[in-house]
Amino acid sequence: MTLPVKFCHLLLIVGTAATTLTLPALAYQASLIPASRLINPDELVKILQTAKSEKPLTIQVGSHVLYTQAHIPGSEYIGPASSESGLQLFRKRMEPLPRNKFIVLYCGCCPWSHCPNLKPAADALHAMGFTNVKVLYIANNFGADWVDKGYPVAKGD
Amino acid sequence: MAGLGILKKGIPRGLALIVVVAGLYFMARHHGVPAGVRGTGTSEQPLAPDFSLPDLTGRKLDLSSYRGKVVLLDFWATWCDPCREEIPHFVELQNEYGDQGLQIIGVSMDDGPEPVRDFYQRFKMNYPVVMGNAKTGELYGGVLGLPIAFLIGRDGRISARHIGVADVSVFEKEIVNLLRSRAGSSSPGS
Repeated sequence: MTLPVKFCHLLLIVGTAATTLTLPALAYQASLIPASRLINPDELVKILQTAKSEKPLTIQVGSHVLYTQAHIPGSEYIGPASSESGLQLFRKRMEPLPRNKFIVLYCGCCPWSHCPNLKPAADALHAMGFTNVKVLYIANNFGADWVDKGYPVAKGD
Repeated sequence: MAGLGILKKGIPRGLALIVVVAGLYFMARHHGVPAGVRGTGTSEQPLAPDFSLPDLTGRKLDLSSYRGKVVLLDFWATWCDPCREEIPHFVELQNEYGDQGLQIIGVSMDDGPEPVRDFYQRFKMNYPVVMGNAKTGELYGGVLGLPIAFLIGRDGRISARHIGVADVSVFEKEIVNLLRSRAGSSSPGS
């Protein structure tokens, strides 16, 4: 059984359109970050609490309102890396740093697979040549996976 | 020796009770939710904390002025994918149930109003959106992830809380139940 040519063309057009519309949305999902670049909350807490270990520069790339309510002590807020302006600020802050600097990125705005901020920030660091970058894996959100676990928290700016 | 007996039996039990109570208190506080929000019965349902926040035109919106309506309070942000997925459903719900007493209120957790205004137009939002802040988040137990939605009955009490995306049918069912209730909230929280 063969399908009519017009129907096949229609399928092709719909398929192409769907792929074109979907790919940009997928491109910034945190779930595309390789597992080798991730760090779990408990691992980061151990590093932060171990006196002799090298402390990373920890950067929140999400919302300022969320950062003000609760953030990892000592971490910096830069801005949502999902926007071009946020990404520019991010690159500007990172530019002077040595490329082997230990950096941990985190957000926690949304469930992991939906976070729009981490992938662009991680990709930007990779493109800039940073070699020691980890991304904090927060499965659901910063409240559930960090604050509620009793990990250290700071408030305010 | 009697003292030792107390040490062995009485004090450990007392201590255990204190530890349990303190633990529950600690958990309630550190889960970032006002203790009452976790209530499951009507009498335990807490009043929704009032706030006065600017909407996208700069006018103040007071939550308390909506007492008597069923309110769906949605904490969201324009850059939050799951939030964006919910908005068209909320627009439909507002269309469907607005004249029966539903009022959806969006609380944007964006850093500024510009992207929110643009988003509001593009998504043809039909309910007010205010600009939230950290204080508002803390009033509601800490908004440390998006989206978070609260359903508030006509009596101003929080009936349900949804962290993350919930199916629109869940919201609709809860809204219908609350709209049927003349004075207060009728369904237990999630």
